[in-house]
Order: sequence, then structure tokens, then C-alpha cells
Amino acid sequence: MSSTLPAHENPFELAAGQARDMTPPPARPARSNAWADRLFGWAAKGAALVTLALLAGILVSLLVGARPAIEKYGLGFLSNSVWDPVAGEFGGLVMIYGTVATSLIALIIAVPVSFGIALFLTELSPAWLKRPLGTAIELLAAVPSIVYGMWGLLVFSPVLATYVQQPLQALFAGVPYLGALVSGPPVGIGILSAGIILAIMIIPFIAAVMRDVFDVTPPMLKESAYALGSTTWEVVSRVVLPYTKAGVVGGIMLGLGRALGETMAVTFVIGNFNQLDSLSLFQAANSITSALANEFAEAASGLHQAALMYLGLVLFFITFVVLALSKLLLARLRRNEGVRA
Amino acid sequence: MKISMRVATVGLAGLCLTGLASAQEITGAGATFPAPVYAKWASDYNKATGVKVNYQSVGSGAGIKQIDSKTVAFGASDMPLKDEDLARKGQMQFPTVIGGVVPVVNIKGIAPGQLKLNGQVLGDIYLGKITKWTDPAIKALNPTLALPDAAIAPVRRADGSGTTFGFTNYLSKVNAEWKSKVGEGTAVNWPAGAGGKGNEGVAAFVNRLPNSIGYVEYAYVKQNKMTYALMQNSAGNFVAPEAGAFKAAAAGADWSRSFYQILTNQPGKDSWPITSATFIIMYKTQEKPAEAATALKFFDWAYKNGDKTADSLDYVPMPPVVKAQIEKAWGEIKDASGKPVAFRQVQ
Repeated sequence: MSSTLPAHENPFELAAGQARDMTPPPARPARSNAWADRLFGWAAKGAALVTLALLAGILVSLLVGARPAIEKYGLGFLSNSVWDPVAGEFGGLVMIYGTVATSLIALIIAVPVSFGIALFLTELSPAWLKRPLGTAIELLAAVPSIVYGMWGLLVFSPVLATYVQQPLQALFAGVPYLGALVSGPPVGIGILSAGIILAIMIIPFIAAVMRDVFDVTPPMLKESAYALGSTTWEVVSRVVLPYTKAGVVGGIMLGLGRALGETMAVTFVIGNFNQLDSLSLFQAANSITSALANEFAEAASGLHQAALMYLGLVLFFITFVVLALSKLLLARLRRNEGVRA
Repeated sequence: MKISMRVATVGLAGLCLTGLASAQEITGAGATFPAPVYAKWASDYNKATGVKVNYQSVGSGAGIKQIDSKTVAFGASDMPLKDEDLARKGQMQFPTVIGGVVPVVNIKGIAPGQLKLNGQVLGDIYLGKITKWTDPAIKALNPTLALPDAAIAPVRRADGSGTTFGFTNYLSKVNAEWKSKVGEGTAVNWPAGAGGKGNEGVAAFVNRLPNSIGYVEYAYVKQNKMTYALMQNSAGNFVAPEAGAFKAAAAGADWSRSFYQILTNQPGKDSWPITSATFIIMYKTQEKPAEAATALKFFDWAYKNGDKTADSLDYVPMPPVVKAQIEKAWGEIKDASGKPVAFRQVQ
């Protein structure tokens, strides 16, 4: 902006270099407060480095804490489903399975719903409804997770048991695979309920991000497509989605990250059951975070605690892998785009 | 009360004098089960003497860790430590209050105290061997009771807890299959059932799930008027969970030999079979004798003045004989020079 202004209207230049007046265009003024700039630069760099150091520190402390368990079980920990604190035998398969399964269910439910919400808010909703609906969704994201957990246990799971699980079991009784998928006690506690509660929790996150990125699609692009005779769906799927895919994938990953790490809500409705004797969706199970929250305070130091640390390390890696996969996905999307063009 | 008044005046008059012998503020940490009574004792003690006792209810396991690392003046655990472990670490333990673990059920038409169970049946339910309320083993104990032909939904603690230790310790004593398959501990490998977090979590599950069974602390049963079951004790009687039944179980134990006493399945015709005491753990040789003196004075005060508070919170105080034995055992707590730490209120 300074290039379009006369020199004497800029206080910085007045202070910095009187000698250079009347020589358009004015050269960049020397900074009188260079030390402040440098300080700010260091502070910014320091903040970034501290984050890195924290990450490394967490990783190292998890590794050190988990060492006894890693030395004893190695990678076999990941495929062993026995968790017996009395006998001192620990395997993480049950919790890893529970964490992955509940998060997957949550994503399967949350992504289409969030997409619908974002689509409605940006393309279909009447203008007067946009703001209250958008605010309501943002408010949902602010509800503490323990509230979702209590609601899930006291209100949602009885409804699920009576109106979903029992009819489904009656319908699929005797059907192979499907019947096994819905076997188990229909009490509304288990993988499915945890997955649904997680979905409800992450929908606001994904929907809010999707809405924001849909909103930044240049109206010119959309209007051009409409002018060519595209339907709303064609505009969204051929113009808006390709334009915003990085943001959409980012929103989904944000939701997945929250689902993987959610603790209180899951521990209320998952049943905290450390056996893996059926793959039924209605079976009580356990997740990594839930096991950590429940057992850490009373875990005797030694192998039990080390095994819990090992579980934490596994969760760390799951999150890392998810993040890496999303980056890969984005890179591939971008490459395909280049091919098509 | 009389003693505490005197202590208050002495304390006010000679702050500097007591300051030499004891600390004005100490911290303890551990079991969650006795936390309400410790907190009430601490606030009453603070009113009476001006000394502050902070109790952090972080769980027995964490309490043991904290006393091991000497970050607190006393640790608290619902599970007594074995004598050899204490000897190895140079610590001692003493019981403070007694509580009981009570099976509770949610069966339509069954009132508190109607259902009768024994350890064998209870263990088989939690092993997943007895799955229906109409099972012949349950029918045999309750020939006249109309029980539904429904699946039993067992509920237990998801978090590690002293309550679970008492429960599984009892089942290990009375159910051979339980002992070999599951064993005892603050957290075990449960073969069946859903887990709730804390007593309140188990209670919420039991209230919510029809035909369920769970186990919670006695105080919780009483305050929430839950449907408890009668248990058959080692004398063969069916007893209700009441303060008297817990006291009877505590009286049966031989405290004079060791404070490592697990009060499950005690003899006595009135004993509640799943009774447990909660313990305080302290170092025998004190680096900070002033803090130890304050801790002992606090518990001495609680033994003398705290029974009513314990009663009102539905804990059972220790019998007087046991209290005397505990105070005698406190003589083992010494400062670095080998002099016993003084805890008597009036010297």
C-alpha cells in the first residue's frame, strides 16, 4: 500500500529516511526496530520447535514407560487378545479392535450426514435458516463429551436396545454372517452404541469444516456451472467437491482424530469388556482410551502399567498412520487431477 | 469432643510449641472408597485443631505409588499390603474403617432382601456359567421366589478398585473354578458382563438394565435404596448387609497377629461374607517426623472422635480392641534417631 501513497504520509518513512524523499518509487525503509523483528522471528520459531520437542518428548516417555511390556511381548502384543492383570498377561488386540471398529462406525455414519448438513447449509437452505442452523451445529461441538456419555448410557442405549437391536436380532436370527453380526446381549451397550455416540460427537466438527470450505468455493465457478445447465447435485459433485477436497478430507480426519481419542463418552457405553469372543456389533468391548482411563489409577507399577503405556503408544501410532494416509490420499487426488487436465 | 476442645485451646495457646513437634499441614493420598469419611474427619479435625489434612482420592494403586516415592505423609489402600512387602519397603499399615461389598439386582417384582445367593452361585453367574434367573442353582436357594425366565446381565467395575478386590477375593475363597480361572485383584480378566466406571457407574447400569446383577459398596446401596441380595455366610446363615454384620466379620479376624486381614468369608453366624477394611500405609522410619506425628495425631483423633461421622456416612468404625492394637503398633513409627514419633494428644 505504501507505494501508492506520497512519502510524507507514511510516518515510518518520515522517521526512517528523510534524505530519500522525492525519489519515486521510495526504497524499502530501513527498519529501526530490527531487533524486535528478530525477536518475533525467534519466538515464532521457538513455538514451532517446542511443539516438535513436545511430540518427541511424548514419544520418548511412552517408549520408556512401555519398555518392560515391549521387551516382554514385542509385536505379539498387538495380536494377543488376553488381558489378565491377575496372571500378569497382557495383549492389546481387544482394545485396538474396539478403537478402530468404533471409529470406523462413527465415520461411516458421520461423513454422509455431515456432507448432507454442509450441502444443505451452503446450497439449499433459505437464507434466514443458515445462521441459526450453523450456530446450533457449532454449539453441538461444544458439548462436553461426558454429557454425551451419560446421555448415551441413560437415554440412548435403552432406545437402541428396544427399537433397533431386538428387532434386528429377530429379523436376522439364523442368517449366516448377518446373524452373527447382531448376536450378543441386546442391552444397548457395546461397539455399535459407542460408534453411534462417537458419530453424533464428530458430526458437528466435520459438518462445520465442510460448510466453511464449501463456502469458499468462488461463486463464479458455481454460477458458470449453473449457467451451463448443471443441477445442484452436479454443481456440488463436479465443482464444489473437487475444489474443496483438501478441506473436506481435513475435516474428516479431524473427526476421525477425535473419535480415536475420545475417552469418557466411549467408556460409558462400550461396556469395558476385555474379551474378543465374537465380532458382533452388539457385544460389549473396550477401547484403548477407555482401558487407560479405567485402569491406570489402580494399575500396580510394573508390567500392568507398562502394558497400558504400550497401548498409549499404539494409539499414538494409529493416529500417526491415519494422518499419513490422509496426506497420501490428498496427494493422489491431486495427481489424478493433473492427469485429467 | 472434650479432648478436641482441650487440643484447640492448647493449640491456640502454644502454636510455636506444637509447631516444633508436628506439621500444620499434611497430605495423604490413595483409595477412593474411604475418601468421603477421610474428608469429613479432616474438616472436623481442622475445626478442632487448625491443622489441615489434605486427602487426595486418587485410587489405591496411585496412593501406594505416592507413599513409595514419599511425596505424601500417608498412603491409603483398600487392599492390604502383604506383610513381607511392607517389611521389604520398611512400611507399616493399619485399618481405619470397615465397609462391605453388596450384590444388588434389578429384577421386576423383587424387593430388597428377598433374593438369596451364595458364593458358589454368585461366582458361577460372573463366570457366565449361570445365565438365567430360573437356573436350578438359584431356584434351590429361592424355592418360593417367582423369578423371571430371563438372561442375567452381570455388571461389574470397569476401573481397578478395592471393591473389586474384596469381591473377587471372596469369590476366590468360595468358588474353586473362579480361583483357577479368574483369581483376585483390583482388576481381573472378567469372563462375562459389562463394566461400569465407579460405584455410580455400576449402579447406573444395574438400574438401567432389567434382570441385571452388580456389586457396589454398602454405603452406596443404603443411600440409593438399591435392591440388595442376602448372602449365605460361612456359617450357612443368610445375612443382610448391615453395620452389625460387618462388625461381626471384623470381630472374627485375628488383628493381633497382623493387620494383613482380609475380612471376606469370616466365621461367625452374623458375619457378612464380603466385608473389607481400608488401610493407611506409612513409613516406619520417618525422614519428616513432624509430618508423621501430625498424621498419627489425626488418626488418633479420628479413632476417638470420628465414629459418629463414620456411622453417619455408612462406614463401620473399627472395634475398640482393634483401635488399641493399632495405637500400640504406632510405636513402630520412629524418627531417624530411632525415637518413636509422639502422637498422643495430651502428653
